[in-house]
Amino acid sequence: MLYYLLRRLLMAVPVMFLIALIVFLLLRLTPGDPAQAIAGDQASPEQIAAIRDSLGLDAPLTTQFTTWIGNMLHGDFGNSLISQRPVLEMIGQRIGPTLALATVAMILTVIISLPLGVAAARRHGGLVDRLVMSLSVLGFSVPIFVIGYVLIGIFAVHLKWFPVQGYKPLSDGIWPFLHRIFLPGLALSSIYIALVSRMTRAAMLEVLREDYIRTARAKGLSERVVLFRHALRNAAIPILTVVGTGFAMMISGVVVTETVFNVPGLGRLVVDAVLARDYPLIQAIILLTAGTYVVINLLIDVSYALTDPRIRYQ
Amino acid sequence: MTISGLRALGWAAMATGFLQAGPALAETVLNVVMQAPLRTLDPHLSTAQIVRTHGFMVFDTLLGMDADYKPQPQMADYQISEDGLTYTFTLRDGLSWHDGTPVTAEDCAASLKRWAANDPAGRKMMEYVASTEATSDRVLVLKLDRPFGHVLDLLAKPSPVPPFMMPKRLAETPAGEQVAEMIGSGPFKFVAEEYRPGDQAVYVRNEDYQPRSEPASWTAGGKVVNIDKVVWKAMPDMQTSINALQSGDIDLIEQVTIDLLPLLQMNDEVAYGVINPLGSQVTGRFNHRLPPFDNAEVRRAAMYALDQEQLMQTAIGNPEYYTLCASDYGCGVPLASDAGSQYLTGSPEERMAKAQEILKSSGYDGTPVLMMQPTDLTILSTQPIVAAERLREAGFTVEIASMDWATLQSRKNGWQPAAEGGWNMLFTYWGVTGIWNPLVHAMLDGSGSDNAWAGWPVSPEIETLREQYLVATELDEQKRIASEIQQIAYDQGFYYNAGEFQSVAAWRNSITELQPGPITLFWGVKKPE
Repeated sequence: MLYYLLRRLLMAVPVMFLIALIVFLLLRLTPGDPAQAIAGDQASPEQIAAIRDSLGLDAPLTTQFTTWIGNMLHGDFGNSLISQRPVLEMIGQRIGPTLALATVAMILTVIISLPLGVAAARRHGGLVDRLVMSLSVLGFSVPIFVIGYVLIGIFAVHLKWFPVQGYKPLSDGIWPFLHRIFLPGLALSSIYIALVSRMTRAAMLEVLREDYIRTARAKGLSERVVLFRHALRNAAIPILTVVGTGFAMMISGVVVTETVFNVPGLGRLVVDAVLARDYPLIQAIILLTAGTYVVINLLIDVSYALTDPRIRYQ
Repeated sequence: MTISGLRALGWAAMATGFLQAGPALAETVLNVVMQAPLRTLDPHLSTAQIVRTHGFMVFDTLLGMDADYKPQPQMADYQISEDGLTYTFTLRDGLSWHDGTPVTAEDCAASLKRWAANDPAGRKMMEYVASTEATSDRVLVLKLDRPFGHVLDLLAKPSPVPPFMMPKRLAETPAGEQVAEMIGSGPFKFVAEEYRPGDQAVYVRNEDYQPRSEPASWTAGGKVVNIDKVVWKAMPDMQTSINALQSGDIDLIEQVTIDLLPLLQMNDEVAYGVINPLGSQVTGRFNHRLPPFDNAEVRRAAMYALDQEQLMQTAIGNPEYYTLCASDYGCGVPLASDAGSQYLTGSPEERMAKAQEILKSSGYDGTPVLMMQPTDLTILSTQPIVAAERLREAGFTVEIASMDWATLQSRKNGWQPAAEGGWNMLFTYWGVTGIWNPLVHAMLDGSGSDNAWAGWPVSPEIETLREQYLVATELDEQKRIASEIQQIAYDQGFYYNAGEFQSVAAWRNSITELQPGPITLFWGVKKPE
């Protein structure tokens, strides 16, 4: 297993390098000028040229790339061109809310979707099954911003149970944290609840037809034990895959939820960075996101072995 | 296993990422959603409105501009020699930087130098300046080598870029490089620790600030701060901002989308209105270097074809918040003029007939007009569509190129043919403070220089008049020259004046004494504890 992990981590190095190269080149090919973003739209070309010069944007691309890679290998991801702050500091300021949002959304997804999927599979073709499938179609079809506004309208504006926007870190207390994060977490989880409940249902339906389930039932085990100990565990591989990749997708795709609920997270930071052509910041965030995918995929593979003793890595 | 694994991951993430420091408590905190997020801080380097507003929080100016457009003493009182060539500024008592060191005339001399290097109008003034010298800790002497009529106006100007004063060690930062610290002498101190670029900026009252005794008027007079802390929060979604205002999470929205005002009408805990009496002018700029707009007749045909009211209706909608006027300097300012209004008045049908007639006689050969459309800027995304329809009706071939604002900004500076990434026409807008006289109005630059703002019109007549304006000291003379410049700019089709719109702010009723001004001002404002 250790050898397998090392091999996978080593394989990630060329992948990350390739991503770094592609991102660097794509950004330089994209029209737009960070110096213009600093100077504002009323600035003269002379002012913009002076800023470009001070930022080193006129240096040859190869020099810019090798400098960036070299600095990164020493742990220096550079400064934002726009704010002049270290990009790692900026990411550090914004990653907490995004991780919090994605974690809460994933917890809600698992808590809600697994029982729904199991219940739908157990009552295959019945009322519960149809209801769960209808809700999952709704979850897939309605955009997150609509769900967000509906949740705000009902629970924040009318019932006043939750605040309409904003984020409080855990250091402000567990209640203020949960009070602010619950609605955005629920909105973000809607599509994943739909996805995971459908996936759970499908995987469970397949497993429930297996001989060992029939055997378990014939042994007189309770339905709860059959469903959750025998069926769900054997159906776990595809569910774990969806949950794992879903978490990575949440981190990289929370921008709409962050915007609607005004959560100052990574999604909004990357949109701002793209609009301002803040190259070092975009590059660092994309590398971080790519790294997250690599690590989560690795964790998913490891979790297969932990869940299913038949799977062994060499 | 799955759930416990995720829970472990969640707690690990919480331990590393969520534990951020909360804001310090203060007695009165004004929470504000500004019109744009603050991403860069140097007020000498950026022409953006949000950076200018930030500048007036942290920094101060030698002179301020009052509501009658008159320069008034702010950091310094001044005297002018009889020949009008020597300006002596004496710093008032009690001025200190936010790091506790006193403000000196030497700091101010260095600040003026840095400001002038970054501001085109300042640079122009420096062509007339023989020396700026600190003759003592508190006295700064500015000597001209020939008459220049606008020293006081420029030192008081709230338009981009205002001449903010900063410590010498910051003012000596090389041109094009951002200053490393936000140390000013203004009424608020910037809290660097709580700044999150693009998300949040925090200011606290400068307890050491000694306001002038005169009543506040725009950026002049006593800047008396009645709140302990101001927090600017970025909210990219206007509906979220309005929800937050209604629920009391925030106290003020600097600019509300006019379409959403009916939502606020239903809530008696909030109010809205115009606190910046100066609007913004929408301008349709022609590229004078490329066909077909390298031909003045073709530009004139385009101006007759376009329709101010139609453009304002589609962008703003509510006539209460837009004004139609011919003045290139903004409606209602001292230099406002009706010169050239024949291009804008009359029925749309009459003007369209004239446009068709002029275009036919101009020799226009059907060269396509490439019009750039910024899709991510609501206020400017509709004009190109409406304008293109009117131009097509007049006989033009028009192509719309949709792009984001950053791409448009970059593309506008190139003058290659349209098919190779150039452009023929674009729409933008200017705060009236940035266009209110021929000296600061970048769109009236007739030099055709590569360093002029995009469009590059060439007009020796206008350049001669602009030189005359620089030395004109009397308002009547300035008005005459400005009016002549405007008439020529219309006749030569410098750009299309597409009307002026006002920004509407919204606030909780508990917020009182909001100060009218050329930007949003935070001194004078009161909020109950």
